[in-house]
Amino acid sequence: MHEMALAEGVLQIVEDAAGAQGFARAKIVVLEIGQLSAVEPEAMRFCFDAVARGTLAEGAQLEVIAVPGEGVCLNCHKTVPLAALYDPCPACGGYPVQATGGTEMRVKELEVE
Amino acid sequence: MCTTCGCAAGETRIEGEAVDAGDGHWHVHADGTAHSHAPAHPPAGGLRYAPRGAAHGHAHRHADGSVHTHDAAGAAADAGALHYGHGPAGAHAPGMTQARMVQIERDILSKNDGYADANRKRFAEQGIFALNLVSSPGSGKTTLLCRSIEALRERLPIAVVEGDQQTSYDAERIRATGVPALQINTGKGCHLDAHMVGQALRKLAPADDSLLFIENVGNLVCPAAFDLGEAHKVAILSVTEGEDKPLKYPDMFRAATLMLINKVDLLPYVAFDVERAVAHARRVNPALQVIRVSATSGEGFGEWTAWLENGLAAQRAQKQETVAALRRRIAELEALLAGAAR
Ligand SMILES: Nc1nc2c(ncn2[C@@H]2O[C@H](COP(=O)(O)OP(=O)(O)OP(=O)(O)O)[C@@H](O)[C@H]2O)c(=O)[nH]1
Ligand SMILES: [Mg+2]
Ligand SMILES: [Zn+2]
Repeated sequence: MHEMALAEGVLQIVEDAAGAQGFARAKIVVLEIGQLSAVEPEAMRFCFDAVARGTLAEGAQLEVIAVPGEGVCLNCHKTVPLAALYDPCPACGGYPVQATGGTEMRVKELEVE
Repeated sequence: MCTTCGCAAGETRIEGEAVDAGDGHWHVHADGTAHSHAPAHPPAGGLRYAPRGAAHGHAHRHADGSVHTHDAAGAAADAGALHYGHGPAGAHAPGMTQARMVQIERDILSKNDGYADANRKRFAEQGIFALNLVSSPGSGKTTLLCRSIEALRERLPIAVVEGDQQTSYDAERIRATGVPALQINTGKGCHLDAHMVGQALRKLAPADDSLLFIENVGNLVCPAAFDLGEAHKVAILSVTEGEDKPLKYPDMFRAATLMLINKVDLLPYVAFDVERAVAHARRVNPALQVIRVSATSGEGFGEWTAWLENGLAAQRAQKQETVAALRRRIAELEALLAGAAR
């Protein structure tokens, strides 16, 4: 996953919001990152710090809310927790489990001033 | 720099043109006021793409502490040149120091997805069947394209967008087959995005009812996340890469509709279990279609070109339907008008 471009996407959303809502600085940026989205929160933080330099989000704290993965097993048809896309079903050990949750990558909210 | 793959947002070139990526710069005046400026205009006729980070909105901080921002998303295009930083001006927020929460709830990729939707609409209107070819470097994308073009060019119009970090070798290889091709160089960027492709489409102007191949940057990771507006992603896995790749790089195989297993002419020489590779890929993506091909021997090309022709036929049929629907609507409106005039 390309955290650099994604970090730039986050910054763009923050800047759009600053334009629309009239704030000068973003202090905290809250992201929702699905466990199956393959975004590495640490890499994301590193990249965001880099792209935010010289912008209204410089030094902003990135908070990541991890959303657990979830899927429907096509073998036993149960809804099951899913740690990785290619994991077997924790209920029956079968494949495949179709991911139904935990793939999101969203900017949830900001603390601004 | 991206800690995952070592890439960074760099300046992008289309057909070697347009360098200055629109990097705004900061001026600090003697009174302590700082402004950032959009760069000077690009060279006439230049088409430049500035990925985020290069062309982001700018914050101006004035001496009174007020700040306003400009939205780079409103980049205006005219006469083949793109200007960033002239978007709708943002709000003034003098003296705001109270911390508050702002709900956003926006997908991080929403900007890209907006551009992708625009590309997809264009493809639908023109009956263009667009494919995004993704794979690791050297799996045979360009070789496969050249052979596919040789097989199909007499029967249907084809155009190609080539993405590589550097060089226009691949676009030249495609042009040698006699079809139009446009090279995007992503600089340090490790994937194509929908905005770059939208710009390329304007220049390339693919014909109505044509097949459009978009060869992505060789990279099994980053291109998976970026919708370009294509009908399908086609993942190419060559038999020299090992059958574990779909498990090691699941996102790409999950995003694809079709997996081409290329270089099957080499199967006698490598320990590659095709069935295992397919099973691994379907663990990640149960609906994945698979075709085995060799871009050098032509094995499997009957099936592959049939897949392409079916896809294109479906896309054209959809366009015809839309046109027919419009005609019907016009006829209805004309009947209404005629009724009103009476
Ligand atoms: N034996 C064999 N070699 C192939 C086949 N397809 C491609 N090659 C060879 O693989 C090498 C790489 O092929 P390219 O077509 O340049 O690969 P690519 O995926 O376009 O590479 P990048 O654009 O650099 O990511 C070349 O030496 C090709 O001749 C095939 O089906 N069989
Ligand atoms: Mg190539
Ligand atoms: Zn199960």
